[in-house]
Amino acid sequence: MADIAPPAYRTFPIIPELKPGAMEGKGPFVAPDKINEALGFPGHLEDDWHDKAIAKMGDLLSRYRSLKVYMDACVHCGACSDKCHYFIGTQDPKNMPVARQDLMRSVYRRYFTLPGKLFPKLVGARDLTREVLDEWFNYYHQCSECRRCSVFCPYGIDTAEVTMAAREILDSVGYGQKYANEIIGKVHKIGNNLGLPGPALIDTLEGLEEDVKEATGVDVRFPMDVKGAEVLLITPSADFFAEPHIDSLIGYAKVFHATGTSWTLSSMSSEAGNFGLFIGNYDQLRTIAMRIRQAALELGVKRIVVGECGHAWRVAYSFWNTLTGVGDGADPNDRFAQMLQKQLDHRYKQPSHICEFTWDMIQDERLVFDKSKNDKYVITYHDSCNVARGSNMGGYPGGQFDIPRNIIRAVANNFVEMDSSTSYERTFCCGGGGGLLTDDLMDVRVKGALPRMEKLQQVKDEEGVNFMACICAICKAQFTKVLPIYGFDRKVVGGVHQLVSNAIQLGVK
Amino acid sequence: MASIEVNGKSYETDEEGYLVDLNEWNPEVANFLAQSENIEMTDQHWEVINFLREYFEEYQIAPAVRVLTKAIGKKLGPEKGTSEYLYGLFPYGPGKQACKIAGLPKPTGCI
Repeated sequence: MADIAPPAYRTFPIIPELKPGAMEGKGPFVAPDKINEALGFPGHLEDDWHDKAIAKMGDLLSRYRSLKVYMDACVHCGACSDKCHYFIGTQDPKNMPVARQDLMRSVYRRYFTLPGKLFPKLVGARDLTREVLDEWFNYYHQCSECRRCSVFCPYGIDTAEVTMAAREILDSVGYGQKYANEIIGKVHKIGNNLGLPGPALIDTLEGLEEDVKEATGVDVRFPMDVKGAEVLLITPSADFFAEPHIDSLIGYAKVFHATGTSWTLSSMSSEAGNFGLFIGNYDQLRTIAMRIRQAALELGVKRIVVGECGHAWRVAYSFWNTLTGVGDGADPNDRFAQMLQKQLDHRYKQPSHICEFTWDMIQDERLVFDKSKNDKYVITYHDSCNVARGSNMGGYPGGQFDIPRNIIRAVANNFVEMDSSTSYERTFCCGGGGGLLTDDLMDVRVKGALPRMEKLQQVKDEEGVNFMACICAICKAQFTKVLPIYGFDRKVVGGVHQLVSNAIQLGVK
Repeated sequence: MASIEVNGKSYETDEEGYLVDLNEWNPEVANFLAQSENIEMTDQHWEVINFLREYFEEYQIAPAVRVLTKAIGKKLGPEKGTSEYLYGLFPYGPGKQACKIAGLPKPTGCI
């Protein structure tokens, strides 16, 4: 791994020179039979895969009108072509979003449009051959579903949805990706992406209580499975396991402690992340989300708060309501969803993001900070794609951009922005999102980080930035790995609540 | 499935060289896996590997980095209870690289 060299920074960030075939290959590891079968997918490709794949495509087109519109509406204007971090970093023309989508669009035309059925060559329609299927597997795992290209599409084509559909078709014929499918299996079996069993969680949390006591002299609790707690915190399992993630978990606990909020984690539902989104599979998305509803009902909580996890917040904000009954809009005939609706306290936003929770408490003057504790840092903020482009905070447009920044300004003195062409809704993906955060994709991850690294380098050189805060477990893990490859210290990345944790004064109010 | 051969015996591994059956692990296999990672095993490396195996036996998962650093700090002195010390021993990350040598499954997730 250590021999992966980063691409050079661009002097002028314009459309890069094309290198056709630069990222051709076999793609990530293919999921083995056992992992696929545990999710109800065929174990591997079988002889009838072609007909099954086309049938699945027809099924998706009939269920999702959006997909059909995205297949038909593209005029190949090229507005998206240079907006993708993977294209910029790899220079492979098939990583232009328009070209990557056309891998599917050409098959769509062949089987689902009249001109494509009659004159395939004239309209660029292709048979779904094994070569095409392999190409799908390779290039649809070089898209992080970050939707930056969609911001620039004049037709509003959600390219992530095309990638999701492709992966869904691949899974339906037993050609899934090992990393994502293995992780989903662990959620079903153990309750979180990492596969941390309850006793390991409790051991880790007890250790954190000791550490915080040692550092602050205060008994900050990390409660597990407490019935009748007010808040159920659902956070990515990386927060229990990895650096720097765990420092944000300490931050959440200190905020709950300082505000006298009774809260709990759940050992059964110990994962905010939902890789069902990444593979575009509604049943998996729903089954994973259901664990949260079950935990909320069993523990009798009044509020559900989500920790620092990008795609989890997208799922929570956009889909939990109809999936599970957290938030408005549950099916009136779904008894448990209705039960949860009644149980939750609707004076609060359901669900709330931990940043919304903390910002509310700051505005209510319930938290005290010593901002000088973060004076060793010049801080910038990396907008995580799923928060920036797939959700909201604070109930007003742009709240998802303001609130994390407001918190940073409340807890630290030195904050600067990165280039505006790469932040807010135009932020670049870290390079590891959408189910690509696996070592077998390290090459594409390093290359995809290029545009973000360029702008981080700029604020480092011009403003002395030495800390990039974000609110996504994938961003944190990806940057920890790729920062050193680009010449930065891996500790330059950290969470917003890590900064909160540094500055918060316990026992003052 | 891939495999490795150590002292004439074959051991099944996954695509990335992690042992499939952790019961097959033994110190020779650990040395072999360490070599493939360009790591020369010292007593300091073994301290970490042994702790990982003990922890895994109890909890069926590798310890969090913080749990590992704390345990090493307690055993070997606070100056060694840091992630820098562990990254010094296992440059590709104590979690994944040390787990591989210890014969444990690779921790995967958003890490």
